[in-house]
Parts: sequence; C-alpha cells; structure tokens
Amino acid sequence: MSAPDTRPAPGQDSAGETELAAYNFAYLDEQTKRMIRRAILKAIAIPGYQVPFASREMPMPYGWGTGGVQVTAAIIGPEDVLKVIDQGADDTTNAVSIRAFFQKVAAVRATTHTADATIIQTRHRIPEHTLQEGQVLVYQVPIPEPLRFLEPRETETRKMHALEEYGLMHVKLYEDIARHGRIATTYAYPVKVHGRYVMDPSPTPKFDNPKMHRSEALQLFGAGREKRIYAVPPHTDVVSLDFEDHPFEVQQFDRPCALCGATHVYLDEVVLDDRGGRMFVCSDTDYCETRQAEGHVGEMLATTATDREAAE
Amino acid sequence: MSDMPLLKVRSLSKFYGNRIGCHDVSFDLWPGEVLAIVGESGSGKTTLLNCLSTRLMPSTGDVQYRMRDGDYRDLFRMSEAERRVLMRTDWGFVHQNPADGLRMTVSAGANVGERLMAVGDRHYGRIRATASEWLSRVEIDTDRIDDQPRAFSGGMRQRLQIARNLVTSPRLVFMDEPTGGLDVSVQARLLDLVRGLVSDLGLSAIVVTHDLAVARLLSHRMMVMKGGHVIEHGLTDRVLDDPREPYTQLLVSSILQV
Ligand SMILES: Nc1ncnc2c1ncn2[C@@H]1O[C@H](COP(=O)(O)OP(=O)(O)O)[C@@H](O)[C@H]1O
Ligand SMILES: [Mg+2]
Repeated sequence: MSAPDTRPAPGQDSAGETELAAYNFAYLDEQTKRMIRRAILKAIAIPGYQVPFASREMPMPYGWGTGGVQVTAAIIGPEDVLKVIDQGADDTTNAVSIRAFFQKVAAVRATTHTADATIIQTRHRIPEHTLQEGQVLVYQVPIPEPLRFLEPRETETRKMHALEEYGLMHVKLYEDIARHGRIATTYAYPVKVHGRYVMDPSPTPKFDNPKMHRSEALQLFGAGREKRIYAVPPHTDVVSLDFEDHPFEVQQFDRPCALCGATHVYLDEVVLDDRGGRMFVCSDTDYCETRQAEGHVGEMLATTATDREAAE
Repeated sequence: MSDMPLLKVRSLSKFYGNRIGCHDVSFDLWPGEVLAIVGESGSGKTTLLNCLSTRLMPSTGDVQYRMRDGDYRDLFRMSEAERRVLMRTDWGFVHQNPADGLRMTVSAGANVGERLMAVGDRHYGRIRATASEWLSRVEIDTDRIDDQPRAFSGGMRQRLQIARNLVTSPRLVFMDEPTGGLDVSVQARLLDLVRGLVSDLGLSAIVVTHDLAVARLLSHRMMVMKGGHVIEHGLTDRVLDDPREPYTQLLVSSILQV
C-alpha cells in the first residue's frame, strides 16, 4: 500500500513532503467529511438503503477498502480506539496498512481487542466477541448492489428497490437449490433490513449474518469504487432471505478450534504440512488469542504440550 | 363472456414529435376475447400495443381496465408501482424475440417461477412443481427444467416465454408478433398451442401480427391499421371474408396470392 512512512507536521510546507504534505486530521478535508457524514446520516435514517456519495481518491488502490477508509475517516475523532481486521485477522497486510494509515493521519490509538475498540473497520468478518452499544463496525464493500448479478441496469435496480420488487433475489436462491440441492451461497448472503430494503452484507460469510440482527453496534458500509454508503442502525432487524422448505442456516463446523477449543465460531482451515496435515482454527485471531490467554486449550496445543512432555 | 368490457380504450394517440405513431384509437375488449391488430410494417401496431400495455405513455386518450374487484382504473393515472404489479400478475407480455422476455442465464424452472416468487411464494418445492407443470403444458420436457433457455430452440424459447407469462393466471395477455421469428412448421405448432391455452384459460388477448393467417387462427375480432389509423374493425371472419376498405381488400388478396 502507498501509505506514507513518515508523518509530516501539519502545515509544514516542505517540498519533500508530496503526498500528504497538507493533510487534515484523518486525511480528508472537513468539507469532504461533512459530505460523507451527511450520506451516513441519511443511510442511518433509511436502514439498508444505498446512499450515493462523492467518493474521493484515497492514497491506496480500490480493492483496498477505500470506501470503508473514507467512512472511518469521516467519523473518527482523536479519542477513538481503532481496530482493523481482514478475514478476522489484525495482522494481514491490508489490515496493518489501514491501521498504520490512521495512526499516522489521525494519531489515534489502535487495538486488536474487539472489546476495547470504538471503531472496527472490517473486510470479510464480524468479530466473535459480541459488539456493544457505542461501537461502530465499518465494512469495506466491493459490490453494494445485491440485485446486480441478474440485473445489470442501475436504473432498473433502483426502481426495484424503490418499489420493493425483490423476486429476483429468490430467483438466485432458487437457482442455487436447483443446481446444488441446497442454498449454496455462503458469502455475501442477502438480507432484508428493517423489513424493507434488501442488502448485500459485503463478502462476510453467512455465518456472521445472525450477528447483524439487532446488533447493539452501529454498522456502516462503504463502497469506494461504486460510491455508495449504507447502514444498519443499532437494534435493527436483519433477516437472511430463504425458502420455507429451505430455511437459512449458518455453516456448521464439526470440531472446535484446534488452538483455543472454541465452538460456535467461524473456523479457517490451516494446512500444516505437505502430507495432508491440517487444522481448523478461529478466523478471529483476537478472539482465539484472548481465549488462549485465559487458559483455554485446543486439541493441537494440547497434543504439542504432551509431545513436548514425552520428549523430555 | 361477461357483460362488462375488460378494457375500454378511448381516443388513444401517440405522436413521436410530428410523426404519428397511432391516432385516435377507440375500442372495447371483452373478457375471453382475442383481438388481432394487423397492418403493414410501420402502420402503428407496436406503438398501440405498447400504449395499451403501459410500456409507452400515450400523447392523449385514456384506457380503463377492469380490475379483479370489478372497478375500472385509468391505467395512466395509476402509480408506477401499481402498474408494475398489474404487469407481473394480471397481465402477460409475449415479445417477438424471446430473449427480450426471458432471463437467458437462469434455468427454465426459474424463468417460470420468477413471477410466483415476485408475488411472494416462498416454498421452493411448490414453485418447482408449478414450473414443471407449466413446462409440460407448453410441451417442454420436464427434464429440461434446469436447463437455460440459451440451450433451447427458437420455438421452445417462445413456449417458455408463454409459460413464464401464464403462471400467475393473468386475465390479459399482449403479444407482439409471437410467431414472427419462427419457421413455418414451428409457427403452426405454436399457434395451435396458444389457441388451446387461450380458450382453456379463458384469456383475453391482444395480438399484433402482420400475418393475416395468424389473425384468422387466433382472433375473434380484428383491427386493420394504416398510417397510425384504424381503418377497419370487425369480427375476424367478416373482415377477412368481406373486407370493406380497399386497403383491407388489398391486404386480403395479397395473402390469397401467396
Ligand atoms: N421510438 C420512435 N421514435 C420515433 N418514431 C417511431 C418510434 N417508434 C415508432 N415510430 C414510428 O411510428 C410509426 C409506427 O411504428 P410502429 O408502431 O413500430 O409500427 P408497426 O409495429 O406497425 O411496424 C412508424 O412511422 C415508426 O417509424
Ligand atoms: Mg412492430
């Protein structure tokens, strides 16, 4: 990512400082932030409705979450504590870069602990630790329009939202069942918000959909390239679409996390060697490490501990 | 047939700038009746059909439609939301080119099931059973239910389009040259099928065609258009066997020649 590696003093007009020489707090100028905040307020007032906004160039490529970064930049204050995750992890390149960016341009405190964060920017996951009132979850969204896959015309999809014509969403689920015998959609699983707008929850696994339902936290979604912001205010109904005879179900894992022993969490497969060895571990690294620190031990750690004892 | 018209059309005109699309058209359509609109290319048939089906706003005139509750509603005073509900429940529209009326990249079953899902059916098994039943009604093998229309012949696509429209038991179906793009032998089979469905279901239909043989086979009544005007209007047998207008006589004699 092209985030700068030195922090220029605000107002300092040195010729060497090119990119961010005259940046404002949190990078965006105040007028842009006000414009984005107006879009956010409108999005909160109409849960699930995609509000167009004048997306700005950010010093990082699209696909790196420029929509989420702009939303975070518009709402962040000096007192905020920021957590950034990508696929549940705080230490991927994308997450590290965005966190570094805000530490640089807003000098905010960063954390990896879900419970300590006031703003959590995410790509792909909702933390396992239940979010609380006062927290804001900011999603990075690549394609905000859930109807796009079957209806390429923007004029038509807008009309469908306006008139609540959502039959097409079920056409997609019907196709899934016809082809796979069950609803095979596992990511970006469509939801209906507040009984009105159908919304794409971004590429999070459907495992996380129930966490959106009546969450105490404010959920904000930013799509940079597509220039859309949408929101789910706290305590809002978020219902996954389904059929009566094929009800919505989350992914089930038939074993606990190999490191911390947690159940009912989303697991990633980790390949251990080239002989087919693998283990399943929490995708939410902070959740997993916190549990381990509290003394929870998964199968893998237990066996390595036993091996070590046996070897001694 | 009931004693109240399904559709009351009064002084309907559509201008494209200075050019006439159709001019001062008035007629009633009765329940269970099939009306053919015939005329040469450019005579205003499609313009009229699109105005009647609210796909196009007329310049002047009005169209009253008798809703299921028996009340007449002025189609052009309805909200767009109400019109769209009408279009996907109580009406059908069969395009000349099936690709304009089908979703080519979803399965035949989903094409037929879409309207059911649009009106709130949320039971997969029931939707699929209904789709399957409709495929057999339009003579498509039910084992093609998961195939996309891309893999279908022209005649099959047109039959699928018809099934997709009829699944919600509409009362009125608009058709624009439904056999237009098909081979002669395929046309005959499709016409037979449409005729059977229309009479079994007691449908009302407005069929645009430049082919008088189609009008003869399908319609009870017909209107002949020329230069945007309806120049002759009557029972199909009467118009074809005893045309009064010289232009209609010309049309009829030219088909008898071929
Ligand atoms: N979108 C349009 N803009 C301008 N003129 C049109 C348009 N559509 C049709 N027309 C004109 O209106 C007349 C009737 O056309 P149309 O309704 O398509 O006739 P038909 O279906 O009988 O061939 C023709 O003169 C045609 O050129
Ligand atoms: Mg035409």
